[in-house]
Amino acid sequence: MFEKIWSAHRILDRPDGQTLLYIDTHLAHDGYVPAFEILRERELKPRRADRIFATPDHYVPTNSRGLMQIESAERRSMVENLTENARAWGLTLFGLDDERQGIVHVIGPEQGVTQPGMTLVCGDSHTSTHGALGALAFGVGMTEVAHALATQTLWQRKPRTLRIAVSGALGRDVTAKDVILAIIAQIGTAGATGYVIEYTGPVIEALTIEGRLTVCNMSIEAGARAGMVAPDQVTFDYLRGRPFAPKGAEWDRAVARWKGLPTDAAAQFDREVHVDGAAIAPMVTWGTSPQAAAPISGRVPEPTTSADAHALDYMGLTAGMKLAGIAVDRVFIGSCTNGRIQDLRTAAAVVRGRRVASPVEAWVVPGSGLVRKQAHEEGLDRIFTEAGFQWREAGCSMCLGTNGEIAAPGQRCASTSNRNFVGRQGRGVRTHLMSPAMAAAAAVEGRLTDVRALGGH
Amino acid sequence: MQAFQTIRTTFVPMPEMNIDTDQIIPARFLQKPRRDGCGPWLFHDLRESPSFVLNQPAYREARALVAAENFGCGSSRENAVWALYDYGFRVVIAPSFGEIFYNNCLQNGLLPIRLPRKNVGTLLAASPLEMIEADLESQTVRFKEERWHFDLNAFAKQCLLNGIDELGYTLSRLDEIIAFERNSETTRQ
Repeated sequence: MFEKIWSAHRILDRPDGQTLLYIDTHLAHDGYVPAFEILRERELKPRRADRIFATPDHYVPTNSRGLMQIESAERRSMVENLTENARAWGLTLFGLDDERQGIVHVIGPEQGVTQPGMTLVCGDSHTSTHGALGALAFGVGMTEVAHALATQTLWQRKPRTLRIAVSGALGRDVTAKDVILAIIAQIGTAGATGYVIEYTGPVIEALTIEGRLTVCNMSIEAGARAGMVAPDQVTFDYLRGRPFAPKGAEWDRAVARWKGLPTDAAAQFDREVHVDGAAIAPMVTWGTSPQAAAPISGRVPEPTTSADAHALDYMGLTAGMKLAGIAVDRVFIGSCTNGRIQDLRTAAAVVRGRRVASPVEAWVVPGSGLVRKQAHEEGLDRIFTEAGFQWREAGCSMCLGTNGEIAAPGQRCASTSNRNFVGRQGRGVRTHLMSPAMAAAAAVEGRLTDVRALGGH
Repeated sequence: MQAFQTIRTTFVPMPEMNIDTDQIIPARFLQKPRRDGCGPWLFHDLRESPSFVLNQPAYREARALVAAENFGCGSSRENAVWALYDYGFRVVIAPSFGEIFYNNCLQNGLLPIRLPRKNVGTLLAASPLEMIEADLESQTVRFKEERWHFDLNAFAKQCLLNGIDELGYTLSRLDEIIAFERNSETTRQ
């Protein structure tokens, strides 16, 4: 599949072996100030405004939708800059006042902008998310963003290919998040550096698109350039009827083309990894790298490197402690990893009829305005608010705290986001990554908890 | 982008693996304008500890940084490269880098050098104030009596040597891009 997409987008090769790739779709967010400055300094403009979709997510508040509610003038100007440039250049904008606004990696698939077989870039490392629909999608820095805006192309060295096959079937309460955390724990945070991953096998095929998006989202946490899943009937059913998906006869032609994308059974990969899906348990991280993940039934391991020793010190944990039972102060359910409707449904199923344990502060931040609206229609917001959760507006929020939404030093946070780096959710904040169901369980119990042990969901 | 020139310098050792770009520049400084310089935010939270390596007088003049595996992993924030560059670094050496970070270095005149783990280990074990020389033209790092070759793609090398970026070159091939775009409209995806 990767080879087919690569060769269909190859414009020319340079003598040093780099390829100029045509970029079909560009997603922009409110961190684009430096890229827009490069364009203006060089008196350039976006070449294909019709293929660029923009939404503010990193700097927007999630306690209100008011631009003027952003107290910091610097942060407010990030959102204003995106809005002004999108209007000036005619980019499609899902602004703060638009119910379609949300995290860029949530709304691309949701709007049907992301489609199989396309190349897609965004100035954000979690662009790997979009590979779940069979697109080749990667994150780049702001200079390369400017290049992509001005030319609708990018220079790329051809990556190697890695197939990760997940066999068997997942156990009860084991989700896509547990699958990707188990994969990263197995291959390491640099385990896929230089590779594009293709996820295959019965477990991946049985996942919904939401689940596949979660898996591909964290490909970058294993160092991969991109992560992909071959498009199938699940993909087509998900995309059909979405606003930017092809319509009518064009839809039929598109599906016919997309059906030709999956990898031939005999295709060779540069490397293969096998994971036993049936052996995966609900996972939590205990350290400050996503590879520091273990089953909730496990214990904090003995550190084998100085980095791990520092991580345990930062996390306030000691080797041999049981992971289940570690008390938390904050819970964050949201992000481009786990801010979609299915994530909110599984969390709500655990929360229903229970209350957030005192004094835990628990937040739900939907991944988009439309996810939020759907959750309202299903009554999920009431399940969360009646349990004592804060039910907030869409944005990146506490995943990285660029909008100022962070936890206090020393606080421990059960989080459905993607990075447990030192200081990621605020200075001195201790992040444990987990699935939405596990985060919900942590909220109602006040401590890391095996969600399988909680009945009634 | 400034042209890269051969540099002889002391170097800062950072022996921990997987130093992510959130450590290099915490997210709360990402909205600071580049024109004001990102140097003050480099390793901001780590620098508050007096024992942090950058706070030690012996490393004050160092313009190279030597790190362990997977330096610059995580977020794509180019601010990490700007912070290193604005602080004064011109060379980063490690056995491996986060891929987006590596590309961002090349776009900004910061030379990323991949060396075998054994050679990096030699540098990490060196005494403060020992010097290395990084020569881009010959793609060589010199340390004491040793000379180590490093790989770099030829185009990136020319860009670094001449202080130019890829965009100008790509724009000179715009006709080919437009032709490709027209001819592949129905077959691309």
